[in-house]
Amino acid sequence: HAGVKTDLQLRNIDKVLIANRGEIACRVMRTAKKLGIRTVAVYSDADKHAMHVEMADEAYHIGPAPSAQSYLNANKILEVAKKSNSQAIHPGYGFLSENVEFCEKCANEGVIFIGPPPSAIRDMGIKSTSKAIMSSAGVPIVKGYHGEDQSIERLLAEANKIGFPLMIKAVRGGGGKGMRIAMTEDEFLSQLESAKRESLKSFGDESMLLEQYITDPRHVEVQVFADMYGNAVHLFERDCSVQRRHQKIIEEAPAPGLSEETRHALGSAAVRAAKAVGYVGAGTVEFILHRVTHDFHFMEMNTRLQVEHPITEMITGTDLVEWQLRVAAGEPLPVKQEDIVRRGWAVECRIYAEEPAAGFLPRAGTLHRLTQPTPEEFVRVETGVREGQEVSVHYDPMIAKLVVWGKDRNQALAKTRRKLSEYQVAGLETNVNFLLRLSGASAFVSGDVHTAFIPQHERELFADTVLSEHTAIQAALGYLIQSQLSSTANDTWKGISVSSNAWRPNYQLRKTVNFKFNEKDMKVNVEYESAPNTYKVQVDEGEWRQVEATLTNTDLGLKLTTKVDDKTSNVGFLTYDQEVHVYDEHGQTVVHLPRPKYQTAASSESTSSANSAASPTPGVLERVLVNKGDKPTTGNRRASTGRPAASGGQRNGACCATLRGSPPPSTLLSTCKPVRPDAGRERPRLSPLVLANPRADPARIPYRSDGRRAPVPLALLRAVDLILSLETAEYQNKEARRTVGAPARRPAGVATRAARTPVLV
Amino acid sequence: LVKGVRRLNAAWRRYSTASVIGTEPNRNDPYYQENKAKMEELVQELRLKTSDAIKGGPEEAIKRHTSRGKLLVRDRINRLVDEGSDVLELSTLAATGMYKDQVPSAGIVTAIGKVHGHDCMIVANDATVKGGTYFPATIKKHLRAQSIAQECRLPCIYLVDSGGAHLPDQADVFPDREHFGRIFYNQANMSAEGIPQISVVMGSCTAGGAYIPSMSDESIIIKNQGTIFLAGPPLVKAATGEMVSAEDLGGADLHCRQSGVTDHYAQDDEHALHLARNVVANLNWNNDQKTRIYTQKVEEPVHDINDLHGIVGANIQRPFDIREVIARVVDGSRFHEFKQLYGETLVCGFASIYGHPVGVIGNNGVLQSDSALKGAHFIQLCAARKIPLLFLQNITGFMVGREAEAGGIAKNGAKMVTAVSCFKGPKITVLVGGSFGAGNYGMCGRAYSPNFLYMWPNARISIMGGPQAATVLSLVAKDKAQRGGKPWTDEDEKKIRAPLEAQFEREGLPYFSTARLWDDGIVAPQDTRKVIGLSLSAALNAPFRDSKFGVFRM
Repeated sequence: HAGVKTDLQLRNIDKVLIANRGEIACRVMRTAKKLGIRTVAVYSDADKHAMHVEMADEAYHIGPAPSAQSYLNANKILEVAKKSNSQAIHPGYGFLSENVEFCEKCANEGVIFIGPPPSAIRDMGIKSTSKAIMSSAGVPIVKGYHGEDQSIERLLAEANKIGFPLMIKAVRGGGGKGMRIAMTEDEFLSQLESAKRESLKSFGDESMLLEQYITDPRHVEVQVFADMYGNAVHLFERDCSVQRRHQKIIEEAPAPGLSEETRHALGSAAVRAAKAVGYVGAGTVEFILHRVTHDFHFMEMNTRLQVEHPITEMITGTDLVEWQLRVAAGEPLPVKQEDIVRRGWAVECRIYAEEPAAGFLPRAGTLHRLTQPTPEEFVRVETGVREGQEVSVHYDPMIAKLVVWGKDRNQALAKTRRKLSEYQVAGLETNVNFLLRLSGASAFVSGDVHTAFIPQHERELFADTVLSEHTAIQAALGYLIQSQLSSTANDTWKGISVSSNAWRPNYQLRKTVNFKFNEKDMKVNVEYESAPNTYKVQVDEGEWRQVEATLTNTDLGLKLTTKVDDKTSNVGFLTYDQEVHVYDEHGQTVVHLPRPKYQTAASSESTSSANSAASPTPGVLERVLVNKGDKPTTGNRRASTGRPAASGGQRNGACCATLRGSPPPSTLLSTCKPVRPDAGRERPRLSPLVLANPRADPARIPYRSDGRRAPVPLALLRAVDLILSLETAEYQNKEARRTVGAPARRPAGVATRAARTPVLV
Repeated sequence: LVKGVRRLNAAWRRYSTASVIGTEPNRNDPYYQENKAKMEELVQELRLKTSDAIKGGPEEAIKRHTSRGKLLVRDRINRLVDEGSDVLELSTLAATGMYKDQVPSAGIVTAIGKVHGHDCMIVANDATVKGGTYFPATIKKHLRAQSIAQECRLPCIYLVDSGGAHLPDQADVFPDREHFGRIFYNQANMSAEGIPQISVVMGSCTAGGAYIPSMSDESIIIKNQGTIFLAGPPLVKAATGEMVSAEDLGGADLHCRQSGVTDHYAQDDEHALHLARNVVANLNWNNDQKTRIYTQKVEEPVHDINDLHGIVGANIQRPFDIREVIARVVDGSRFHEFKQLYGETLVCGFASIYGHPVGVIGNNGVLQSDSALKGAHFIQLCAARKIPLLFLQNITGFMVGREAEAGGIAKNGAKMVTAVSCFKGPKITVLVGGSFGAGNYGMCGRAYSPNFLYMWPNARISIMGGPQAATVLSLVAKDKAQRGGKPWTDEDEKKIRAPLEAQFEREGLPYFSTARLWDDGIVAPQDTRKVIGLSLSAALNAPFRDSKFGVFRM
């Protein structure tokens, strides 16, 4: 291969520009600093105060928040590289990491691109090319037929050759259209017919391709590393099967349940693949692995350092970023394949700002509180945000990666759960509770992972939580003690306090704490006893219990210690706005205190709640497709589901506006999501309108146990009213874009929930 | 600052060198156990009476009140004060048994609690008790709260929800110096002294009541709930024939938008109390007048305060060593006794309570000339050193008899009375046993303006003991009868003695006293330390004034 060099050609790297943000930028900087390499950060408007900017030796502003104008602005970044005398650019993952043009530009400008040569990126970027290369390199690929001959006979013959089940796909297809699965030969013809009909209707073409269909496969990938001298090694595999919305949330290394033969076969196939494209640097070869037979097939190659690389580092004791920097500087690989030893088990959880119960809709806003586990030798917390900072609508809503190593899988999972339960986040919803359930689900623990894991175990993973009496007591008492501490925290003159317990002469103070959990009202009566920190507590109309409770400050936030009857327990605790959070082994439990009536009354005078609707996800209002005076109606859902974004100005009102969401474009549809009772949040009176992602398979959104989607015309009408009541002219020229309010929190006591999550203002 | 540090150091030295006093009682002793059982009964009775009183008015009245979305008076106070703040409610059992109908707590709750860290005096009408109208005891309680606030420089927050004077009692609430009008006089003068006056109009403020918010520095009113007018709709109709609704005549809108009588417009009780807290937060309530509080470590007493039940008991005839009480009230049970070997019936010494130094004066028997002199000396010492005084009264009086008179008990007792009268620092008195005769004066009884005065449930207060009074009167009667040549029988003696003894017993009871506001409340022995601590905290809001003593007759 042309890229392979034979002589040692060292290039000096003493300053590196990191063309990325968030945790990966910070992670790269850590290793660079360790190696004595100076670091240069770039940042957009949204990241002015970001962690990666503070960590870097130098930082340069590169543009406004949208990534197209900042982190994807190749010229600007190269300019900064020149200006700052950086010899190399580390692209991280995402953004420009797999951008051939950028890679080439770097080469032209004499800046080292820390990654593979452009040819490798290009070859691996095109599915058919990559498959052809792999096939000729002896890497198993999925059997299929992509031929010109579309005769029924030929297709049937090919189908039989591939075997069943089998996937029939429209060549021009996309978004699940023109796609059918034939489980057996008997079904084949009818499914082919149906796929052709749909394809013809949708795309005006009926060419089909056939592919072997693997039911609920596993997603296993191999970390490879190559240098400029033709050396390539693999660092064992990772299992990333459990995904939601085609994105990974939990990964582990090695993959559970594989024989050493399979492992070896995977590894060497991956090395063959890397060598086949003259690969240099860190890369990942992804395979589809059959759940039962463990047969595997090449899927694609990612020509970058991946999000989940730390688990590989954990089990191999390596620093892949260090390798990247050294290989980029022209050094040969520091080790040989036989030196790479695998030990123990590593698990990575991705902590996202998202709402799992609402189809994993991403969230954006300020992390008003963020306490993370303390990093230790076998616990890595990779993060790019801190308390008080924002998860922006413009970028990936990942808050952190929690990477945990254990001597075996069980230990690694146990430690993962322990560390997950130390997460305390307020201001945004996260998937921590979901990850706790997932990592504790019996099927997961037994290693039975596959790509359909979440829908298959939906009942267990999304079961409603119940609030135990114990937790209710903790929430109520913690709240009272916390309000007590905070109400006296700023006093300059404290006088004499004779008790910590709201002492009264000759009687005991009784208080009632009312709150909502899962939209259900709960009442906790508390009687202050005369002994310090001692209370009698009654939940709803239950028994009175003797409770001792104290709140102490720790590195991991507030610790609430309660002794109920004879059980003493320590849990994490925080209050934020009208929320009370209790953190125990099940993760976060949030109860909502009623907002004082006067606050809601005062704000309803300023913002008319009748004309507001809440968007379940942050986004940007891109276009309004209705005109003033239009009478939107509902019902024609079929027409709206397909491609509403393209058909501006629909008069039936099934689609009234296009929201450019973050991530992918979402569209306001006529369907309405009923308020989820367990969303754990006070909702505005109006039902939020569904923002469906038109690119996604409609059957997949959202992951819900009931799957109901009732059309609610009233909400729609109101939303349309609202849009139209905004500066109509401004919107009708279809140029104005306004940021749709992210569910931004206001300081306590300012506004209602309805005002907090505006849709279209 | 240097002065402060020196003082602090001095305090530390004293603190660390004072010896621990008190003894562990034999808790199995039948005498102790009997005492304990009797006192516990009394405390139980106190708690029961209190729990009845804090229920407020009759059930229908409570229902009517809460159905309008109004909070009950003590819930209002709980919302007003800082979460978890101790609340020193005063005279909860005022007016008990004084009127034909029950008037729990005299229909008004007065309490000291912390709002944004500041000790505040809260005066709150209980509208469920006779519509919150003012009985004579209500007036007295209101005025007493104001006088405490004035002495201690406590911001006053009036939670007004009252129908004004109780008309059938007008003669006893309206005309006199210490009647209704005095409330506004006090408001004006406190305001003049810079003591904030804040009103929250949570119900009606009619006629004289209208002056409470009007005389305040800042006031809050609740829409559709609070009204202020000099004459209500019926009276207006009678006087001028004008038909007008209460809300139009004096509601929140009128007073916040037109008349300017009130300053803040509240949606409901909760909002009003929130606004009241904001008002306090913005008082810029300066600290420079406050007496420095030593922030030395607070140590709980070494001895269990609950032992007081067994040590003291219910029978005031049973003697006990006042040091056992002191040992259970002061920090670490440390007591630096003054003149221990002189005038032993009066125990004087220095100690700390919740970290603040106090001079303690307690009785261990009848006051003699030497003990009175010792007391006068000690009070002067505390005045010179700016140390607050704590009086623990258990006193039958000054010594009588020829020898005592010849020893000048009158002039020596007068020295102590002079010293007590002229001491201008904080004084707190607790009646832990008897309080009889001039002993009450020397030991800072109500007339000597202690900042706070409390009684234990076993205490008795009267000019002398019932039997003594009966003896005096029967001797006089017997004398008179014998002079008239009439026979004097045992029967005659009984006729005189029995009703008198019964009257003295009844009128000497703490409940009789507390009903009439002769004290600021009955406290259980085990709460004494806490009550003193909170009272001291309140009293220290005022500057420790210099004392100038009158002529001591030598």
